Amino acid sequence: MKAGVIVFPGSNCDRDLAVAFERAGAQVQMIWHKETELPTDLDIVGVPGGFSFGDYLRCGAIAAQSPITRSLIKHTERGGYAIGICNGFQVLTETGILPGALMRNANLKFICKPVGLKVETTDCDFLSGYEVGQEITVPVAHHDGNYNVTDEKLAQLRDEGRIAFTYADNPNGSTGDIAGVISKNRRVLGMMPHPERCVDELHGGTDGVAMFRSLVDTVVAA
Amino acid sequence: MKVRVDVMLKTGVLDPQGEAVRHALGNLGFEGVEKVRQGKVIELDVAEGTSEAQIKDMCEKLLANTVIENYAIQVL
Repeated sequence: MKAGVIVFPGSNCDRDLAVAFERAGAQVQMIWHKETELPTDLDIVGVPGGFSFGDYLRCGAIAAQSPITRSLIKHTERGGYAIGICNGFQVLTETGILPGALMRNANLKFICKPVGLKVETTDCDFLSGYEVGQEITVPVAHHDGNYNVTDEKLAQLRDEGRIAFTYADNPNGSTGDIAGVISKNRRVLGMMPHPERCVDELHGGTDGVAMFRSLVDTVVAA
Repeated sequence: MKVRVDVMLKTGVLDPQGEAVRHALGNLGFEGVEKVRQGKVIELDVAEGTSEAQIKDMCEKLLANTVIENYAIQVL
């Protein structure tokens, strides 16, 4: 099981994400954004949190145009797994790999705290280690996490069971309390909360472990 | 050739920053400000002969996120 973590200038959760993958049993390599092609043997690509390119223009907008991101789009089109966390989620929406857009938090504040998330579906290899309706605690740390989709798109996401998590107590104004969504082929997950920040007792919680473990186990078993 | 691109949130998309500005104006004693929308102005200095279609392409691909934003192009 091989995982790659893309590193943009300004990424700051890249190493945490690598550790989370390693703990789950993956071999991890870091990939600088100027590389033009992802290694062909990667099972999953992680797009980490941070402030890629200083959040200039819009969060994730410049990273979405990076050479490596073109290769990431091809990887997802081939059915490869990918996860985008926080700024990584913003990058995935900016590329169009995932629907919607992340706007400034409704209360305009940077929010940094553990939040309750409700698992909305387990029909996804990232989520099969949880149970539908289970509430987990995962930290958020963002200024632009206010997920925005049109009413039609929201209805579609609901119909297709593509909402991964909702906030128990919506902190940022997200449409439909959405904290994370998955792609149509259910192999790409984007979420604002940071599961890689809750994989060790010293983090204060380990609710993120199941996500990395279930994905790695699925790929290894395949 | 100078081009000005105005990027604004689409009508109907809540603009929390505009709302905050509206509140602040109210606190300063300016009455009757019913709505504030905040956007961006991007000025481009492009080669003579750059077509409007090319500038539109720039807006679609990078300058605006058309999921939530509209843009308007003005050749100066």
